[in-house]
Amino acid sequence: MVQKTAEDLAKKQKQISIAEFFEKNRHLLGFDNPRKALLIAVKEAVDNALDACEEARILPEINVELIQLSDDRFRMIVEDNGPGIIEKQIPKIFAKLLYGSKFHKLSSTRGQQGIGISATLLYGQLTTGKPALITSKIGKNQPAHQIKLKINTQTNNPDVVSSTTVEWDEKEHGTRIEIDMEGAYLKGKQSVDEYLKQTAIVNPHLTLIYTNPNAEQFIFPRATESLPAEVKEIKPHPYGVELGRLIKMLDLTSAKSLQQFLTTEFVRVGGGTAKTICENSALLPKTRPGRVSRDMAEQLFNGIKKTKIISPPTDCISPIGEEELEKGLRKEINAEFYCSTTRNPSVYRGNPFIIEAAMAFGGEQPADKTVRIMRFANRVPLLYQQGACAITNSLMHTSWRSYGLNQSKNSIPVGPCTIVVHMTSVWVPFTSESKEALAQYNEIVREIKFALQECGRKLASFVNKKRRIKDEGKKRSYIEKYIPHVAEALHELLGLDEISKKKIEDDLCEILEHTRGELEEIKVDNPDYDPELAKIGKEEKEKKEEKEESESETGKESKEDKNDKVKDKKKPGQQKLM
Amino acid sequence: MAKKTDNVVEKIQEIAKDIYNKIKLIKQPELVMPIRALSNVEYNEKEGYFKIMDKIKSRTLTASTIKTFAQTLRMMGLSKELIEKNDIATKREAYYVSKNWGDARFKEQPESDTVMDDIEAMMRVNREQIGFIPGEKGGAVAGKLTVIDVDQDTKKELKIDCTKFGSGAYAIPSSVEHLKFETNAKFVLAIETAGMFERLNKHKYWKKTNCIIIAMSGVPTRATRRFMRKLADENKLPVYVFTDGDPYGYFSIYRTLKVGSGNAAHINKFFCVPNARFIGVTPQDIEDYKLPTHPLKEVDFKKIKDVIKNDPFCKHHKEWQKALQKMAKMKVRVEQQAFSAHSLNFVMETYLPKKLKDQKTWLP
Repeated sequence: MVQKTAEDLAKKQKQISIAEFFEKNRHLLGFDNPRKALLIAVKEAVDNALDACEEARILPEINVELIQLSDDRFRMIVEDNGPGIIEKQIPKIFAKLLYGSKFHKLSSTRGQQGIGISATLLYGQLTTGKPALITSKIGKNQPAHQIKLKINTQTNNPDVVSSTTVEWDEKEHGTRIEIDMEGAYLKGKQSVDEYLKQTAIVNPHLTLIYTNPNAEQFIFPRATESLPAEVKEIKPHPYGVELGRLIKMLDLTSAKSLQQFLTTEFVRVGGGTAKTICENSALLPKTRPGRVSRDMAEQLFNGIKKTKIISPPTDCISPIGEEELEKGLRKEINAEFYCSTTRNPSVYRGNPFIIEAAMAFGGEQPADKTVRIMRFANRVPLLYQQGACAITNSLMHTSWRSYGLNQSKNSIPVGPCTIVVHMTSVWVPFTSESKEALAQYNEIVREIKFALQECGRKLASFVNKKRRIKDEGKKRSYIEKYIPHVAEALHELLGLDEISKKKIEDDLCEILEHTRGELEEIKVDNPDYDPELAKIGKEEKEKKEEKEESESETGKESKEDKNDKVKDKKKPGQQKLM
Repeated sequence: MAKKTDNVVEKIQEIAKDIYNKIKLIKQPELVMPIRALSNVEYNEKEGYFKIMDKIKSRTLTASTIKTFAQTLRMMGLSKELIEKNDIATKREAYYVSKNWGDARFKEQPESDTVMDDIEAMMRVNREQIGFIPGEKGGAVAGKLTVIDVDQDTKKELKIDCTKFGSGAYAIPSSVEHLKFETNAKFVLAIETAGMFERLNKHKYWKKTNCIIIAMSGVPTRATRRFMRKLADENKLPVYVFTDGDPYGYFSIYRTLKVGSGNAAHINKFFCVPNARFIGVTPQDIEDYKLPTHPLKEVDFKKIKDVIKNDPFCKHHKEWQKALQKMAKMKVRVEQQAFSAHSLNFVMETYLPKKLKDQKTWLP
């Protein structure tokens, strides 16, 4: 064995580009199998489109099309009506990893890191060798730029294959992405169909047109004309900064005094609070931030902890809202009971967040299976890694038995129920770059539990009422069962005729009716239910029969037709339970 | 007798009519019956039995009572039919008749027995008068007694000599009202277990002591109680009771025989033997005769506590309270057969003669 010197080894040591890193580690971004890759690609493109539209205050209309090119090769086309991207920025936004507008600010957008869409390009390039085609137009009477892009993985820089101007008359502004990639298209719980449907449910302001590889087109028309409140960017909250960051901020600030530093660099800190913080830190408010030593910074850090500071403002995050959330759920599930709750904003690590939960109980949902969990973060459906998610964890550690669901200790409850949890925050803590599961911060877990418990209590009162009515119904039928026997016995004992016997039965009914009062009924009464929507993304098996029924249904008319058909068959709107 | 049964039919119809009229007025009908429980009996030594008081319960027709209500009415219907046809049905048979009532049928016999007892109490009559007889066997009799029965076919007198059953015994029929007795015995000895009865019968204990022995085999049936009552009343015989030394022997067997029970409160008057006396096995005997014992079980302690607190008979007799408390303290019970530890015939040759002579060792 020849020993190698440090110098020998140093020859092999070189910088790794982020693009190279993800080229080797594409699973970190979710591109670990062809089926999931297709979903992640669509997700990243749609997330970006939605963010762009909302930021520009445009009601989004997004067109998604998947075309199967060969067995395992697909072309994804995503087109939006967003503001468009100026020519110069297009290559960087789409073909440079970690380039974006959202990483350095705190606001509740879908995208955060500036990885997603370029990673998708990278994946397409890796699996097909073909460049992506980006078309963007920024306004009326402006030409549309069409650029063929690749990523140079060694340098993590865009590689423009060609750039032209094209006519794009049907749109005033917008962006269109075409990427070829390896993939697999399957229906089911983790399918593109399901993802887009859930996206439509939690984004009622979105119109989405989706054509899947089977050339089936789904239109999700928008349910509301109002955009979610504009997301505001906020400064960090004192509770959220770590010591290292605090030292860095002290270094970079242009403030002249500690007091000024506190009031200008943080939210929720006014003069008074700043003074209290200084007092609690045993530091003078007039100290120059530049002169603050590491030890003093630590004093300040501890002082912040001791000071009571009001929670960060919450207008920077916009929940879907109890009403909209429940409405979305009603479209998807035909149940007997719905409830939803939006918690008051809370804070983890200084980041404000809001937890919302909704529940649909009963109806056609199977009673012997674990409940269906739908997870959302900043209006993005989370379809993978359910087990690793703080939402699932909180749900398993909530005790559901008292709320009317079966549950073995610390596991997912069993019952005819769908549970929706949505977290919105200026910074959603995901467990990995592929953004599939929420990290388990105590504050988040606690808030989710509270939201679930709130819904649970409403559920419990419904379940109890249902049980009461069922019991009462049982008693009624019990009474009805024995009335003829009382009449028969009296008939025997007194030798009554048949007419009197019948009269006794009627009288007894009246007596017992009188003492028990009117019987309540619980019905499935859900005019919002959209069976067509509910079907989207379901497994092939279930879908087959339906397909034969109506081969080609495009557009809204035939869809409504079919609704009626289904209604006639099952009458989902008026199912009696008793 | 004929008139009496007419009355029962009338009474049944009266109750049915009341209910019918209530229903016609769109009012909830109700059935009223005396409460059959120890809480509704009183005891004084002079009368000698648990006398029913006037607490009543009414079963109003509601969702939760409608099944029993219907069953009670149907059972009354069956009773009426039986009386009119001069027929009888055992409790078990009545239970099977109910199987034709569709949803109103009884699931288990205890349910139909309870309804039967309710009707009996409601009408304040004896079960036989409403056409039902118990299915259970009565006690066994041996000794200096001739029972005069009637031959069902010839209607002639039938004399049964109870000394002539050899190793067997005369079985008390379910109805004893028509029986007459001839005897020169000095007393009746009622025994809890069939085993002890066998031993005494085998050695003709009744011959040596000039008595009648009766095996009760647990709590005596109504017929057995009535049989002893007639012997006591008509032939002026004292009745001595010999049971295991445990709370069950004292207060389920002896107390029921002597003064009746809470459950049959409405008929105690006829089915009690007020002059019965308890000769053993007393808790004191356990010590006096150094008998081998078994530890008292949880249920025994519970029964002792309950009896001392709630049983009017026990509350009346200090001696019984003391005996029970002594037993609770000793924490043991004893069986009749325990005397065999001394010798097989110890009970016959030593224990019984000694006890019968010494009234002070008895309990009231």
